[in-house]
Amino acid sequence: MSESKTRDVLLNMHGLRIEGRSDEIWQEIVHGVNVILHRGEVLGLIGESGAGKSTIGLAAMGFARDGCRISGGTIMFDDVDLAKASDDSLRLLRGSRIAYVAQSAAAAFNPAHKLIDQYCEAPVQHGIMPRAEAESDAIDLYGRLQLPDPGGIGFRYPHQVSGGQLQRAMTAMAMACRPDLIVFDEPTTALDVTTQIEVLSAIRDIVRQFNTAAIYITHDLAVVSQMADRIMVLRHGNLVEEGETRGMIEDPQKDYTRDLLSVRSFRKEISREPDPETPLLRVENISAAYGKTPVLYNVSIDIHRKRTVAVVGESGSGKSTLARVITGLLQPSEGHVYYDGAPMPPDHRKRNKDEKRRLQMIYQMPDTAINPKQRVSTIIGRPLEFYLGLRGGDRDARVRQLLEMIELDPDEFFDRFPGELSGGQKQRICIARALAAEPELIICDEVTSALDQLVAEEILKLLQRLQDELGLAYMFITHDLATVRAVADEIVVMLQGEVVEQGPKEQVLTPPHHAYTELLLSSVPEMDPDWLDNLLEQRAN
Amino acid sequence: MPQLGRMVAQRLALGLLTLFIVSLIIFLCVELLPGNLAEAILGQAATPETVAAFNRELGLDLPPHERYIAWLINIMQGDFGRSLASQREISELLGSRLQNTLFLAAVAAAIAVPLAVSLGILAALYRESIFDRAVNAVTLTSISVPEFFVAYILIIVLSVNLGWFPSISNINDGLSFWEKVYRTALPAFTLTLVCVAHMMRMTRAAIINLLASPYIEMARLKGLRPGRIILKHALPNALAPIINVVVLNLAYLIVGVVLVEVVFVYPGMGQLLVDSVAKRDIPVVQACSLVFAATYILLNLLADVLSIMSNPRLLHPR
Repeated sequence: MSESKTRDVLLNMHGLRIEGRSDEIWQEIVHGVNVILHRGEVLGLIGESGAGKSTIGLAAMGFARDGCRISGGTIMFDDVDLAKASDDSLRLLRGSRIAYVAQSAAAAFNPAHKLIDQYCEAPVQHGIMPRAEAESDAIDLYGRLQLPDPGGIGFRYPHQVSGGQLQRAMTAMAMACRPDLIVFDEPTTALDVTTQIEVLSAIRDIVRQFNTAAIYITHDLAVVSQMADRIMVLRHGNLVEEGETRGMIEDPQKDYTRDLLSVRSFRKEISREPDPETPLLRVENISAAYGKTPVLYNVSIDIHRKRTVAVVGESGSGKSTLARVITGLLQPSEGHVYYDGAPMPPDHRKRNKDEKRRLQMIYQMPDTAINPKQRVSTIIGRPLEFYLGLRGGDRDARVRQLLEMIELDPDEFFDRFPGELSGGQKQRICIARALAAEPELIICDEVTSALDQLVAEEILKLLQRLQDELGLAYMFITHDLATVRAVADEIVVMLQGEVVEQGPKEQVLTPPHHAYTELLLSSVPEMDPDWLDNLLEQRAN
Repeated sequence: MPQLGRMVAQRLALGLLTLFIVSLIIFLCVELLPGNLAEAILGQAATPETVAAFNRELGLDLPPHERYIAWLINIMQGDFGRSLASQREISELLGSRLQNTLFLAAVAAAIAVPLAVSLGILAALYRESIFDRAVNAVTLTSISVPEFFVAYILIIVLSVNLGWFPSISNINDGLSFWEKVYRTALPAFTLTLVCVAHMMRMTRAAIINLLASPYIEMARLKGLRPGRIILKHALPNALAPIINVVVLNLAYLIVGVVLVEVVFVYPGMGQLLVDSVAKRDIPVVQACSLVFAATYILLNLLADVLSIMSNPRLLHPR
């Protein structure tokens, strides 16, 4: 949309500086950024965590989270400087002329009130329309956003509605007062890829219908290129690069932008040797249930030594439950797990130390998987003591070796606490802890989902190097097909507790696909501004 | 709501079991009390023969387990036995006393609960302000002082010096409702001062706990007024802990009033309990303890049910 330059400016943030407080000291986290937004324009803000993109997005509403403050610059919204405006005048703008859509709709809707009550709140409180009118308007918007049963869905509570529907209901809520500007803060990050498409297209349509200006915040360049007219790349609170979407994707100027564009290029070398006779792990006809709710139906998987088997599926497909069955945390109702040809006791309490040692896990959230009150040396040293009986100097020497293997300097990290580490470093510590037990198979449960893309790629490369050096087998649980493409030898696609397709990577990723695999594959956003349009057109036919 | 019904039934059954265990403990504790009932009652006339006759008449010569079972069976039929001191039916005695205690608790609760919850909400709304600090300081001071001391201070100021309220809360059935309220005022104020701090601080903490949650941020970004955010968005989600602490304090108002009733010579359960202990009127002591235990159990059940009902996930299943 090149005519955007000629349209009048809606928002002009100039020399924006924001400070955050850590340990009673104010530190600058946004260092003088300029943002200009025209009426009806969609601006994409992209960057990794810590880039300041959400902070800038909230500053466009004159809002700073607790522990943050706007310390410099002007935020001109029409004729008002939001940086200097009083609380009351800001309150009158928020919700009515500037609205917000949060990352997790499940957390951002109040669990105690019905959706439509929360919708009507802003228009009624701002005195824009009476309750009855707001209600019929809500039903109209729910319909435009393609929510099922638009007349009834508003009368449900947030927990009675699915994630993708909630995110659309939140977009409707933001639209309630027909604002001039909506700030979308990672609205699809928490959603499955197939759901993401519905939400993306719904958001794009409604923003165009009402000619609303929007700031679209995300860490995913492929997503933002579907949505935005113009993109700003941010890093460490500074602007890296700014430009029209198409130009930026086709001809990035800065190295950092190029890194972001090429982030999913890592590929494992296709494996070579034929499979040996006995698989390292054989899961045979497993069915399992939580209480009376069945979760897994007749799942069979083989994992061979030195191989990576990727288990893909959306949330609720049963892939993490499968890991719980393999590790013995959940007893299957039917079927068996064989390790190296021998049956494993279904209950982890009945497995001996060696059976436990050979099978280790790495989890999605390194923050919650390691004890924040323990030093790195204790975290990694514990399995050395427990499984291998190493003590004192032997143990410390081995901890240092392991730290070197995960590419962290032993002198620097040996005595650190997890709180002093970045997300990627914490995940490396989790990897070292798993390695300490000298396992043969590691189950990686969404290990890169909580990490920034560039950091995630480094972790994948590390895991690959460790596999090559130590001959590990991996079971890689993920919802992210880019990860699957990068690391898998074999792919297992799961849907609602059943395996719908499995086989070597080349076979599963080459057409013809199973219908569900096709849906999954085609739903992964590509770095092409026309991708969403083309896809929707294809699916319509 | 079938789940809720089942849960209430379960808790009630558990409550009955608890009550049974409590009755056992009460009985054992009373058995362990030093002194001999017959000697205490008969005084100078306690010759070995009269003591033996006295014990036989009351069934005190039977072994403890037989007496316990007999006591339990009678209670289940609604018969608490007779008071040793006055020879009146205990159930009759308890009836009016319990009524008076409940009346005092109700007056105190009618002042304390709304006061504590509104102070808590206001303190959360104006957190870190002078008002917040002042409320915290005053309520903490009042909870830190022993209740009988608070009671005497109130008597000196409001009764002796100002003469607004009677210092002795003598009530009976012949009085009108407002006359009763007037006479109950001082003990009610005392109880209010003692229990407001707890409820107010819990209300404040439960609300402030939620202020960092995304839906509160969302409410602020919708441009809602701070008062509306607290009342409409934070309070409904903070109800469970608030209900629990309120009900716990209601239980205190009923069973914890012994000292206050004694100071104001108020004819309630606490006063009855103290008198009966002094007179070694064991059946009355046992009956009072059992009623107190039942009150506690019932109120806790009520707290559980109410906090479950405050959770929309349980009230409106998918």
